[in-house]
Amino acid sequence: MGRTMKKPKEMKVKPIKNGTVIDHITANKALNVLRILNLPDKKSKVTIAINVLSANMGSKDIVKIENRELYSSEVDQIALIAPNATINIIRDYEIVEKGKIQLLNEIKGLLNCPNPNCITNTSEPVINRFYVIKKQPVILRCHYCERIVEEDEIESQF
Amino acid sequence: MSFPLKNIISIKDFSKRDINEILKSAEGLEAVARSKEESNSLTGKILGMMFYEPSTRTRLSFETAMKRLNGGVIGFAETGASSVTKGENLADTARMVAEYADALVIRHDLEGAARYVSDIVDVPVINAGDGAGQHPTQTLLDLYTMQRILGKIKGLKVALIGDLKYGRTVHSLSYALGMYGVKMSFVSPDELKMPRGIVHDLNQNNVVAQETSDIHEVLDEVDVLYVTRIQKERFPDPEEYSRIKGAYRIDCNLIKGKDLIVMHPLPKMDEIAHEVDHTPYGKYFEQAFYGVPVRMAILESLIKSF
Ligand SMILES: [Zn+2]
Repeated sequence: MGRTMKKPKEMKVKPIKNGTVIDHITANKALNVLRILNLPDKKSKVTIAINVLSANMGSKDIVKIENRELYSSEVDQIALIAPNATINIIRDYEIVEKGKIQLLNEIKGLLNCPNPNCITNTSEPVINRFYVIKKQPVILRCHYCERIVEEDEIESQF
Repeated sequence: MSFPLKNIISIKDFSKRDINEILKSAEGLEAVARSKEESNSLTGKILGMMFYEPSTRTRLSFETAMKRLNGGVIGFAETGASSVTKGENLADTARMVAEYADALVIRHDLEGAARYVSDIVDVPVINAGDGAGQHPTQTLLDLYTMQRILGKIKGLKVALIGDLKYGRTVHSLSYALGMYGVKMSFVSPDELKMPRGIVHDLNQNNVVAQETSDIHEVLDEVDVLYVTRIQKERFPDPEEYSRIKGAYRIDCNLIKGKDLIVMHPLPKMDEIAHEVDHTPYGKYFEQAFYGVPVRMAILESLIKSF
């Protein structure tokens, strides 16, 4: 009794055995990340931290998903809304792979053009294609209609 | 020397050098365009015209250009709902016409249609207007008109007037004028200002344009008034429309004594008074003619380099 002095502690989320930890997500974007991953679903165990302190970002979000690794198309989509995110793959409590997300210069098939009059929003057999003209904040240009696509229009799709 | 571009889809694909090359070739072809000389340069070649949207002017201009070079023309022009290609997707129709023709010209009501076609066919593709998107041959003929009439492009002062929001010709033109370091003014009602995406692009290339809603602010300093139509559909309130329309109407009284020319992509309605047509100010019919040598230069460059 009275043995311990209470010190403010950084919140620690319980480590996971197998799965993926997405760290350094832009603050308040965790729910968008979940939507990209089609979570929550019936069986996945997911831990979310929103607006927690980060040493170099001010604040950030974290998402931990047990027993799941990500497809590269999912990673590419996450890059669009959280360009600083890092992805740690955990196997048997060890980080086996740690990587910073890379936003590519060109994006194919990951999102729809917000221009309703774009040829891609028809029944033509065409895959969406965008050029990344700015990475932070993300600004894209449709390969077809050349329309500029801004951050809020990207986020609203996830 | 072969022309570096395979397709003419967007003015953004052009370097200044590419534009200059087209303008230079056009000048050499003017005598043929006026039927003072003959050319066989595209004998045996066929141009495929896919006009999904009515545009008599552009279509006739391309047809004339191809025929002046002794080439042939095939294709279709939609006039409304009775579509000859109804049900078939654009990709299939384009592939079919590409099998018959040495180059395609496409006009479509959807943005990106020409780029899409150019990605799937082997022959060169020319965009003759895609929705509110690009219309690069119009831009080239606009530049050519300035060069021919005023002797230069660089150093000019140009005011773009009217519907800058939906008017696709002014979007491409502002981009091209920016490449030449032209000083631009955007004159429009607040509701029809130049879209911020375009202003953003211009700023990225260190081009700054003056924006105003008052035409009188620019009259004393510009060399060119480039006028576009303000469409009634843009204004739900008819009174508002007629007020706005009046504020941007060009007549002799407005431009009398000013050292400038008036250009217009045509067709024009009443945004320019008829009295201007026969003055040295009104250059829009000459401008329309220049579409022929410019399109001849484009067809020759693309088809011969392919
Ligand atoms: Zn698009």
